[in-house]
Amino acid sequence: MVQKLNTLQESPSQTAGPFVHIGTVPTYAGLEGVYATELGQSTVSDGAKGQIIEISGRIIDGAGGVMRDALFEVWQADSQGLYAGQDGADPNVTGWARVCADPEDGKWTLKTVKPGRVSMRDGRIQAPHIAIWIVARGINTGLQTRIYFNDEDNSADPVLGRIEHKHRVETLLAQKQAEGRYEFDIRLQGEGETVFFDM
Amino acid sequence: MTAALPKGGSAPLIPRDRTVHPVPFDPDYKTSVTRSPKYALLAMESTPTEETGPVFGHDLLGPLDSNLILNFTRGESPAVGERILVHGHVLDENARPVRNTLVEIWQANAGGRYRHIKDTYFAPLDPNFGGCGRTITDEEGRYQFLTIRPGAYPWPNRGNDWRPMHIHFSVFGSGFGQRLITQMYFEGDPLIRHCPIVATVKDRSHIDRLVAPLDFSHSKPHDFLAYKFDIVLRGRRQTFFENKPEGM
Repeated sequence: MVQKLNTLQESPSQTAGPFVHIGTVPTYAGLEGVYATELGQSTVSDGAKGQIIEISGRIIDGAGGVMRDALFEVWQADSQGLYAGQDGADPNVTGWARVCADPEDGKWTLKTVKPGRVSMRDGRIQAPHIAIWIVARGINTGLQTRIYFNDEDNSADPVLGRIEHKHRVETLLAQKQAEGRYEFDIRLQGEGETVFFDM
Repeated sequence: MTAALPKGGSAPLIPRDRTVHPVPFDPDYKTSVTRSPKYALLAMESTPTEETGPVFGHDLLGPLDSNLILNFTRGESPAVGERILVHGHVLDENARPVRNTLVEIWQANAGGRYRHIKDTYFAPLDPNFGGCGRTITDEEGRYQFLTIRPGAYPWPNRGNDWRPMHIHFSVFGSGFGQRLITQMYFEGDPLIRHCPIVATVKDRSHIDRLVAPLDFSHSKPHDFLAYKFDIVLRGRRQTFFENKPEGM
């Protein structure tokens, strides 16, 4: 026998299921008016400093099917690289939002501010990025990934630097289409599979 | 909505123990077959991105948000079913209460029917039941919901699969990397051991942690029964010696 640890284990995850919207985005499920305020509608409010951008894409499964029931959340810094609540952070950037795939064609769109560079504890700097957490029917534990931007210098990013197969870095880069407009597809499995994190 | 750094700054999160979580690829839960990554997850120490997260003020919530019996009709008319209180603590792996954190739930009605455009099960909708609730934990990490016990329902997986009675839970914590969605099951439900979604968790002792016991100490005579469901989120690493993260 050994001494007992006074720590606990994390609760096991379970899939969010196909009806995740009831609890998280009730208006999407058809439950208008239950809540006075629906949370996570936008990462920004009027007056946010920096460049407002639009990112759109699809989430694609291992058989090439576009997922129409997926939901993801984003979390990002403001244009100065500060997270909401940190000293000096932009009061008009909450940094958190929920994004649903369109029930017809699976397309999603995120309108947000382009994030700045974020410092790490040891002083190294992360390239601009948006953290993503995806849940859906068939996903047993929420998947963590990130959006970076192909018009930024990502060469010194400490997280991208950890990706052993360099050609896979490309799967995390939003592709610029026009000024302020990007495309970013997420592939869950197989050809061109997006890099997912455990961090 | 505002957000804040956790007290004590941006402390690293304890890496997830993936053995307590479901396997991502499980052919018995068919949808997971094409929705699970083939490559291994890239593991590394958390960064400020995962260590910070949204914080929600109590002022965002309405008085009936945690009462699913009444919130769909704004108090006009109660939902039909077995009235229950679901309550518990949100704790972290260091057994500390997770204060002022958002807890959201959703569920089917007493007949196993969801109020969702995509649910076509022929059990009827309850005109007085919506199926969503939300609350924020108190200073001791406690939460509670008043609701009706959801019914079991069939789903298109194998020929005759039925979900046990369950309530979906979504919990935040103080960092985005703590984000968790899970399901609460009810003590004694014989469908638990037949369910391929439950069985994506491979160790029985971890499944048991998702099963809420009946709790007479919190039930109210002649009104409602109670079930207790505690939730544990990732904690923050506490070491005296901090060096540069290994390998980064």
